[in-house]
Amino acid sequence: MTALAAIAEERVDLDALYAETSIGETFDQLDRELVGLTPVKTRIREIAALLLVERARRSLGLEAEPPALHMSFTGNPGTGKTTVARRMAEILHRLGYVRRNHVVSVTRDDLVGQYIGHTAPKTKDVLKKAMGGVLFIDEAYYLYRPENERDYGQEAIEILLQVMEDNRDDLVVILAGYKDRMDTFFESNPGMASRIAHHVDFPDYAADELFRIAELMVATMNYRFDAEATAAMKDYILRRMEQPRFANARSIRNALDRARLRQANRLFAERGRLLDRAALQTITAADIRASRVFAP
Amino acid sequence: MHLTQGQFSYLPDLTDAEIKKQIEYALKQDWAIGIEFTDDPHPHNTYWSMWGTPMFDLKDPAGIMMEVKACRAAQGDKYIKILAFDSHKGFETQRMSFIVNRPKHEPGFELVRSEGAGRKVGYALRSYATAKPAGARQG
Repeated sequence: MTALAAIAEERVDLDALYAETSIGETFDQLDRELVGLTPVKTRIREIAALLLVERARRSLGLEAEPPALHMSFTGNPGTGKTTVARRMAEILHRLGYVRRNHVVSVTRDDLVGQYIGHTAPKTKDVLKKAMGGVLFIDEAYYLYRPENERDYGQEAIEILLQVMEDNRDDLVVILAGYKDRMDTFFESNPGMASRIAHHVDFPDYAADELFRIAELMVATMNYRFDAEATAAMKDYILRRMEQPRFANARSIRNALDRARLRQANRLFAERGRLLDRAALQTITAADIRASRVFAP
Repeated sequence: MHLTQGQFSYLPDLTDAEIKKQIEYALKQDWAIGIEFTDDPHPHNTYWSMWGTPMFDLKDPAGIMMEVKACRAAQGDKYIKILAFDSHKGFETQRMSFIVNRPKHEPGFELVRSEGAGRKVGYALRSYATAKPAGARQG
């Protein structure tokens, strides 16, 4: 039964609505491309369910204020905050909550001006550009600098708050940052904390999740690990996690970039023979074990 | 006297929803939107005051409507128009212009006749609005 036919008899088929928005596709993609992150995915599904039911209610004339969907993403570096924010726009667009599938990604520099009177137009400019979609503010805690009471960040926060309240159905604001610093930020800006309905925490990845991420990255770059390299990579991840400045998926990406570098150097050093497809694709254990984390 | 300048000026005034749709069309064409206002509605007055800078790179009319409302709040008793500028090569000119706000009382124009040498009559159009100095004209 199509959704319209169902509406005619005052009943709503959630399955039909679900199929119509093709949101399932986005979820599948999310599951495929984002390893782990169970709490995050759960929260996204909950929001999607809320919006779907909201749509069903609206189709029967049960109007209500649209729910506020401003969010805050907290978590350690490399846990996928930015990636999920980009997906969020797509999900909210498919569910008809935002009008356009676009994300404007900014940091303090894009919002806060250099002199008196510079901040307001700058912030408003960014907000106007983001209207209809998602505004993603990375490292949002930099907006507030308690050590300088004349800092212009406060002005940007006030404008932001006003627009978050007045233009609720035009804009979704997502703040992101490291957990502890975001907590301090919200403590000193209670107005901001109370206007954000969804606080989503991004957990650190476990070692096996990191390995699956590595596999995904390698596959998308058209490389592959041979059997020994697989073992070496697992070993590498365990060792790297122990070391300082470990940045989850970002560290894995960097490690793979360096492995590619070493693979290229190895192939170049062995020149004089013709390379086949497999040789160009394969990362060997040696490429990984040359890393400094294996240094005694 | 209902001022007729720019697009849609012989139609009843556009509602906000209709203005939004026109802006949406302009944004879809990749045109930049500007807002201007004046209290001197003479047809040859091409220099209206700008309300902020023209807005480039916008995706959604909501941001422009926000500015239109702010302009109405500050300059509510003046004429306000929206214009769309096409920066593409070959055009590089204004492609749309329409009035989105009018003063409560529109004084209209006077046809001024001046008799010259040899009973030659010269004609000029004068806006009643400009009889008073700028700032004291409408409202």
